[in-house]
Amino acid sequence: MAEIAALPIEAEAGRERYRALARRKLMILAAMTAALCLSFAVDLAWGPARYSLSEVIAALIDPSSVSAQIRAVVWDIRMPVAVMAIVVGAALSVAGAQMQTILANPLASPFTLGISAAASFGAALAIVTSVSILPVAATLLVPVNAFIMALIATLFIHFISQMRGVSVQTVVLLGIALVFTFNALLAFLQYLASEQALSAVVFWTMGSLTKATWPKIGITLAVLLIALPLFARHAWALTAIRLGEDKAASFGVNVRRIRLETMLIISLLAAVPVSFVGTIGFVGLVGPHIARMILGEDQRFFLPGSILSGALLLSVTSIVSKSIIPGVVFPIGIITALVGVPFFFSLILSNRSRSW
Amino acid sequence: MVAMQLQSVGAYHGRKLFVEDVTTPVMQAGELIAVIGPNAAGKSTLFKRITGLLKGPGNIVIDGARTRNAITYMPQDTSANAVLTVYESILLARKQGQSWTVSDSDLSFIDEIMRALNITSIAFRDLGALSGGQRQLVSIAQALVREPEIMLMDEPTSALDLHRQVEVLDFMQRRARSKGMIVMIAIHDLNQALRFADKVLVIANGRMRACGNPRDVVTVDMLRDVYRVHARIEKCSMDHDHVIVDGTAH
Repeated sequence: MAEIAALPIEAEAGRERYRALARRKLMILAAMTAALCLSFAVDLAWGPARYSLSEVIAALIDPSSVSAQIRAVVWDIRMPVAVMAIVVGAALSVAGAQMQTILANPLASPFTLGISAAASFGAALAIVTSVSILPVAATLLVPVNAFIMALIATLFIHFISQMRGVSVQTVVLLGIALVFTFNALLAFLQYLASEQALSAVVFWTMGSLTKATWPKIGITLAVLLIALPLFARHAWALTAIRLGEDKAASFGVNVRRIRLETMLIISLLAAVPVSFVGTIGFVGLVGPHIARMILGEDQRFFLPGSILSGALLLSVTSIVSKSIIPGVVFPIGIITALVGVPFFFSLILSNRSRSW
Repeated sequence: MVAMQLQSVGAYHGRKLFVEDVTTPVMQAGELIAVIGPNAAGKSTLFKRITGLLKGPGNIVIDGARTRNAITYMPQDTSANAVLTVYESILLARKQGQSWTVSDSDLSFIDEIMRALNITSIAFRDLGALSGGQRQLVSIAQALVREPEIMLMDEPTSALDLHRQVEVLDFMQRRARSKGMIVMIAIHDLNQALRFADKVLVIANGRMRACGNPRDVVTVDMLRDVYRVHARIEKCSMDHDHVIVDGTAH
């Protein structure tokens, strides 16, 4: 094969086309950011009292220019929920994206691998029996128990997936087994629970943003802000892992170390939001798939894409949850499943070549 | 210029010593070394040991390397279902451990390698849409853009048609000479090995059987003992030795 002498036009072709595609992806990310801002504003405007977008924007930019009632509703009632939707959506989506990456499994997500189910069991344990896994204040009992159980489930999945001879299918089956196990344990607790505790457990497992508070938002956001630079630092390596363990290792990637580090971060990212807002399924599964189909798996675009798609998905769902019956806010976990699943189907069927 | 020698090298798979006592003459820059042997003889294991992916006894002595990561290994398995274009997957190989920004020189080098391997037409196709042979060529490009000084290629031509096999081996031979690389290629086609290799290393049952000049190593006796075939070795029109297999030996 002759090494063809550099032809200037051909030499430019690949480079220029790559640059054009990268610019296009940046435009998509910008469009997603704009859509998220719009969704956030609508989320603030929507509710039993409906405000115009101009009123919401005025309340955000110059609170003194709007009435005290609008100010209170936008800033004190709706803002924590709207921000929590974005932060939780982003965290769950990133957790799902990196789980799918390092486990090489399109079905991996906090929900499908039993982490949400483990958190539900932990929360129910606190609600029904007041048994604390760690000695903490009563107000933190539910989130701390949920967090510890979610962490245990994540690490269990990780260590099993690291064992010699364990295939990707085995890990998924194991995740399903965890879902069934924790659901059975949850049912056991529900059976024993008082009527009051039972309704609290059921409400918790449905997932809801209505109990969002600024400290909870702060903790979830802090975990996200710690996780993202660590993932960003390994962007090339994480993308390489999707080419297979041998190939990544041949590029000089320390696959074992990156897997362990990533799984530890994921366990925090998945467990913290679930412990605060309950079970919110499908965002961690669907969010990354949307990002992957639109942007591909180069983590430099896939990572921000997953953040934005997850945040957008949950923000839109938050709007939907209060639009079905005026005056009623449905638990968001119900809506994510109702909205997410058909949306997921249509994406898979419409664009198969860019899915997994 | 880089030089490499294996001294009593072995490799563990789990707790089992799968390859043992491989000692080679000094392999010099510009040389192409064919590693031959039956299936499951230990060729891939030896490559993984040299790359550092497996542990084992012995010494791998490398002199004159310009960088710490002088060795690049091209694995046998080229399948991938990642949602990436060919171009992105090659860029990925080049940018490992570096910043997010991609320079024009990075992209120009990728373009050069893709042109040399004749794969520019598939540059923006998804990896999942490639044939086995195309995946193999992409895998070679991924290894080359890392600018290795020692390149270990595990059956790089097994899915290629005859024309492409000759193209790739010819290209690798010339690339080794022009860039001062050591290229080790695990290969099953003994005639290609005889045509392109400067040295041949024979491995069977995890042990090295011979290593040296192709004419000295690829003999009728070796073919009978290692491959269990009756064969003749004749000169072809290009003055290379040529193996003609008459049948299997029991």
